[in-house]
Amino acid sequence: MSVDSMNPDLVNKKFKIIGTRPPRPDGIDKVTGRARYGADFTMPGQLIGLVLRSPHAHALIEKIDTSKAEKLLGVKAVITSKDLPDLTGGDRGMFDILENCMARKKALYDGHAIAAVAAVDAATARKALKLIDVKYKVLPHVTDVDEALKPDSPVIHSHVFTEGIEPAPTKPSNWNKRAEYGHGDVDAGFREADVVISRSYKTEQTHQGYIEPHSVSASVSPDGMAEMWVCTQGHFVYRNQCATLLGLDANKLRVTASEIGGGFGGKTHVWAEPLALALSRKANRPVKLTMTRDEVFRCTGPTSSTSVDVKIGAKKDGTITAAYAELRYQGGAFPSNWAEFGAMTSWACYDLKNVKSVSKDAIVNRPKCAAYRAPSAPAAAFAIESTVDEVAKAIGMDPIDFRIKNAAKEGTKSSYGPVYGPIGIGPTLEAAKNHPHMKAPLGKNMGRGMACGFWFNFGGQTCVDVNITPDGNVNVAQGTIDVGGARAAIAMAVAEELGVAYENVRSVVADTSSLGHNDMTDGSRGTFSSSMAAVFAARNAITVLRNRAAKIWEIPVDEVEWKDGAAHAKGTHHGNRTPLSLKEIAAQAGNTGGPMAGHAEITADGAGVSFATHIADVETDPETGRSLVKRYTVIQDAGKALHPSYVEGQYQGGAAQGIGWALNEEYVYGKDGRLQNAGFLDYRIPVCSDLPFIDTQILEIANPHHPYGVRGVGETSIVPPLAALAIAVSNATGVRQTHLPMSPPRVLKSLKSK
Amino acid sequence: MSNRHIIHLWGALRPFAGGALSISVEAFTIRELFRKLSELHPGMEPHIKRGVAVSIDGKIYRDQWETPLPPDAEIYLLPRVPGG
Repeated sequence: MSVDSMNPDLVNKKFKIIGTRPPRPDGIDKVTGRARYGADFTMPGQLIGLVLRSPHAHALIEKIDTSKAEKLLGVKAVITSKDLPDLTGGDRGMFDILENCMARKKALYDGHAIAAVAAVDAATARKALKLIDVKYKVLPHVTDVDEALKPDSPVIHSHVFTEGIEPAPTKPSNWNKRAEYGHGDVDAGFREADVVISRSYKTEQTHQGYIEPHSVSASVSPDGMAEMWVCTQGHFVYRNQCATLLGLDANKLRVTASEIGGGFGGKTHVWAEPLALALSRKANRPVKLTMTRDEVFRCTGPTSSTSVDVKIGAKKDGTITAAYAELRYQGGAFPSNWAEFGAMTSWACYDLKNVKSVSKDAIVNRPKCAAYRAPSAPAAAFAIESTVDEVAKAIGMDPIDFRIKNAAKEGTKSSYGPVYGPIGIGPTLEAAKNHPHMKAPLGKNMGRGMACGFWFNFGGQTCVDVNITPDGNVNVAQGTIDVGGARAAIAMAVAEELGVAYENVRSVVADTSSLGHNDMTDGSRGTFSSSMAAVFAARNAITVLRNRAAKIWEIPVDEVEWKDGAAHAKGTHHGNRTPLSLKEIAAQAGNTGGPMAGHAEITADGAGVSFATHIADVETDPETGRSLVKRYTVIQDAGKALHPSYVEGQYQGGAAQGIGWALNEEYVYGKDGRLQNAGFLDYRIPVCSDLPFIDTQILEIANPHHPYGVRGVGETSIVPPLAALAIAVSNATGVRQTHLPMSPPRVLKSLKSK
Repeated sequence: MSNRHIIHLWGALRPFAGGALSISVEAFTIRELFRKLSELHPGMEPHIKRGVAVSIDGKIYRDQWETPLPPDAEIYLLPRVPGG
């Protein structure tokens, strides 16, 4: 069924359930330990899988001898890349995934998988890893994004030639792609300006920092049937990728998703899953493979480290006349587009006559980067918003008024091309300007910063089944992973449509054999797309219910309408009948046509872009350089908040992660190219005692392309914090902060340069 | 009714159209647009297969290739952005 045929824009409901705050359906299980995460699955005859990883940042693998490990009592399988032949059919992206899961000719980063074993217990598996003899030839490495782009940098892949430059290069390099966005004439715009400010910024690499490590249990039978239980943001995508890499038929690989202890983009890629399947296939036993925290840091997808140059010109009246940025991002050991996405988002908040962004994507000897909540946008916003703040001050204008004057609006030609429809940047700025936080006094050594952020959002392929149980309750099967409350929101949407109580609807995430394909829960699409599908599935169920009531009453179906959770006969002939409730219709389902259900399979385009404005107060100790966040406010457009508590949670979670990114978190690599801080003791994410209560303000500017007006809310809230905090610390210290994280040593160093 | 459109290209596609920022294509739907782009500019085909987003009057479509291209619509081709 197409979305348009459902006529979502004409729905004008007065909500009874949407917008309320019922208890979360997974709440009790999660606080009592009943919830089953990835590592909680156990199978009869299960083996333990472990992975041998490269100790070198860049090395040729000259020889792997697994014979001693294979002979060890209790070892049931040992695999190398030879057990994962290239079945990708020339798809370079899939081959990169394969090579990232298991190194082939070269180890490309510290932690790159070299071999894996499956044994009867973890102790035997660990012993077996030590018996695998790998001969490396260590190669020169590079881990810094700017170093990687230099002509004399050690070239990591001989097949990579820079895309997007003319003439096409004749030599390979670590610069995999150049892209450019913008319009107008920036040179002319800079000539018009009264003030021009240029700055360079750097951000270090951060990890999504999810608490639950990756874990997978895989079982492949000799007949080719396979099952996988896994912690993921997209079990259908994992199924498809694993089936391709292992040469399995997708229908024979059934994937069940566990509860997820955080993902934020880091669980959108397969890492250990193909290895667990390959081990199981070779051992003919189920295999469970759970990463250690060290492995999570060393080999699963962090976000890019970046280097960005920004130049803004403005007139004294506050009009930005030209804006330019060059963004250099590293994507780890494989070609990527992260800098390009940064370029697309960089100026999206503003209405600019002359704007240009140039991106340079680089390859380095670090783990393959994965998406991290609004991927690429936070680092770009840090650089752009910091410079916007500086320009505003240079012309003597309040930074928030400067932003309001230049904010994008409906009809603005965006910096990445299209003209905007209704958008929320202006209202979030106005709300920030009028928020009591902006007027609150600041204490000694304190500074305030505010910044804006943008993210695209998207929808994608989505299925929902609504099934009426014989007792008149409702089961919902959804295919998108619930990372932030989607089960509650979807149950609420179905309850709203059917006119039944929320408590009568239970939504579960179905396995891959139970529904059609669903895209990953990413791009802030989970609730947006699944609630849309749920509304349509419920409406289809209502059609079935009206038919069944018509049969019971023996009247034409068009004389039956559905309202308030019951079938009502209408018209002069039948209008006096007592309504039939859902329970009464369900009780007679067996003799009115059998089971009752509604389904929807949609492609949920039209997600609607998202904007946010954040305000941060920071106290920076001039003796230690330590910064504490004293107050923080998030203002963001949600379109329509289905369950406001979850929306607030998304706002707060994104802000908390952004605060960690801004103040503490960074990958520290040694000169040997090895990661020095692969654990939460040395890679410090913010904990409750580091954070104030994060205040939230939900704006609701309806998205016309969703039946309830919903916009995705999961990602935009991580975009502004880096800039808001950098501006706040700059104001607290009197020194412009241009390098994240603003850890105490880095801030102290900046103070000494004052 | 003319369904000739100006199709704005993002940087990665421009080399396959001789460096042009935009090209003129006659098409009634996204599917027809992609088919004609692949015929006229074969270098674009791998990008289309990997995934291209189409902005039609500001609304971004990633998958619905049956979507019509209205006369005088503003049409941008954009990379498919991943999410977190």
